[in-house]
Amino acid sequence: MRSDKDRLLSFALVSPSILAIAIFVYGFIGWSARVSLSTWQGLLPDYTWAGLKNYLELFQDRRFQIDIRNTVVFTVLFLVACLVIGLILAVLLDQRLRGEDLFRGIYLFPMSVSFIVTGVAWRWLMNPATGARTSGLNLLFERLGLDFLVNSWHTTTPPWGIAFIVIPAVWQMSGFTMALYLAGLRGIPEEIQEAATVDGASGLQIFRHISLPMLKPVTLSAVIILGHISLKVFDLIVAISGKDIRLDVPSIYMWTTTFDANNFARGAAIGIIMLLSVTILVVPYLNYSMRSEAEV
Amino acid sequence: MTLSRPARLISYGLLVLVAAVYLLPVYVLLVTGLKSFAEVSLRTMWDLPSGFHLDNFQLAFVRLAPNLRNSLTLTLPAAVFSALLGSLNGYVFAKLKFRGSEVIFPLILFGMFIPYQSILIPLVRFMQSIGLYGSIPGLILVHVIYGIPITTLIFRNYYATLPTEMLEAARIDGAAILGIYRWVILPLSVPSFVVVLIWQVTSIWNEFLFAIILTSPSQWPITVALNNLAGSQIVEWNVQMAGSLLAALPTLLVYILLGRYFVRGLMAGALKG
Repeated sequence: MRSDKDRLLSFALVSPSILAIAIFVYGFIGWSARVSLSTWQGLLPDYTWAGLKNYLELFQDRRFQIDIRNTVVFTVLFLVACLVIGLILAVLLDQRLRGEDLFRGIYLFPMSVSFIVTGVAWRWLMNPATGARTSGLNLLFERLGLDFLVNSWHTTTPPWGIAFIVIPAVWQMSGFTMALYLAGLRGIPEEIQEAATVDGASGLQIFRHISLPMLKPVTLSAVIILGHISLKVFDLIVAISGKDIRLDVPSIYMWTTTFDANNFARGAAIGIIMLLSVTILVVPYLNYSMRSEAEV
Repeated sequence: MTLSRPARLISYGLLVLVAAVYLLPVYVLLVTGLKSFAEVSLRTMWDLPSGFHLDNFQLAFVRLAPNLRNSLTLTLPAAVFSALLGSLNGYVFAKLKFRGSEVIFPLILFGMFIPYQSILIPLVRFMQSIGLYGSIPGLILVHVIYGIPITTLIFRNYYATLPTEMLEAARIDGAAILGIYRWVILPLSVPSFVVVLIWQVTSIWNEFLFAIILTSPSQWPITVALNNLAGSQIVEWNVQMAGSLLAALPTLLVYILLGRYFVRGLMAGALKG
């Protein structure tokens, strides 16, 4: 039995954090929302009511349409590639081959470096220059006689340029899905697989009918985590291409329109739209995690 | 599952091939970084260096040293403070609870998913108004606050696994909740502190958006300086490569030495992992 005094003290212990989150997350979101409904353009704040004008303008805006298209192409390819590669690597590693730790270490290490470092390395690997200035992977392909692979990477005609940004993104994040799937596979009780083997199921059948269905929660987690990263992708593109309009995404538009062009109202509107897209993805998942946790 | 010999060989072949692809960028960074100025040419980018030259690293280090120092003075205090807050919060949310804590906890967690673009304008105004805009202390404050959700989550998940009877026993012995935290919980928290500190050090060291918006050039952490270096037409690309290795080195070392804990932090990001 705990006393009221204890309850009060517990609340007092966490209240600084609660207050900080209340202000810096929820208060600031509200403030941003208010800016997005204003006419604020220029260095001085201007909260004149503008209704949904900024949002309506954004959806008419060619640049924002490109941003949405780029985000969709990027997110879909990024998710599919990470899930497929992560699952394959996890299945291969799950066979307890010698050297497992080393392989796992190699697939995961890109996660420990920044998107900026990744971007700087890959902008040279994906150098689109041709002729005497050919370099990076294109040069390697030429040397290896794989000329058909030579291409113009992220400078390819939109919307496929952004598809090449997926390559470094997958390089960095697929190890994460591998780790998630591997933990998931290791969590499947051996008895189930043994029982299936006794019943005459082949390895492939076990994978298809037992492992895959049991990995569904892992896939869900991976989709949420990778999805929210990809909806916010920013540093990687900035490091690879600066502010190249062909590879524009909402986060870069928000940055340039707010801090370069001082169009605060529009910048805030982009921020709020990004928030809504992430909310749609994350809130059902948070709900689900909290509820399934309560049941345990 | 036991595999037949050919299947085993194919598995190995695939694993090695993928590993080679993953290591390709490291190879390029390393061989380019280790070449002498005379050797550097885009056409010979894949060739091995003639010897062990540190010219590029020296030049990159001279340019980036102030920023590496900035990153260090930013990362360590921010990671420590957010870990302490997370531990205290985790204790309360796992073991003490109060009316409404089940509602407040997910509301705090949501903070780790939000795109920071949705709070950036108020954040800049706020930092300007308290006089911390442009400075490292300001950036520390921001990282501590936006680190609360993930650090609270990791600690709470860990404390939830501690048997409540143990705490009750300490209670009967007369310890109050703060005493229990200090004498029972905290000594058991070392592994979680390692996980959280590694996670926070890595994320804060690698962070870019807050850094570029909230700091002035003299206060730039390494990510911003490196991005600036890479965007420059004057700086040779080999120096850029050496610079990115320098920028990646601290977190890479942490990963190589303490990879196990790093992966645990990673899994915690998946909430129930």
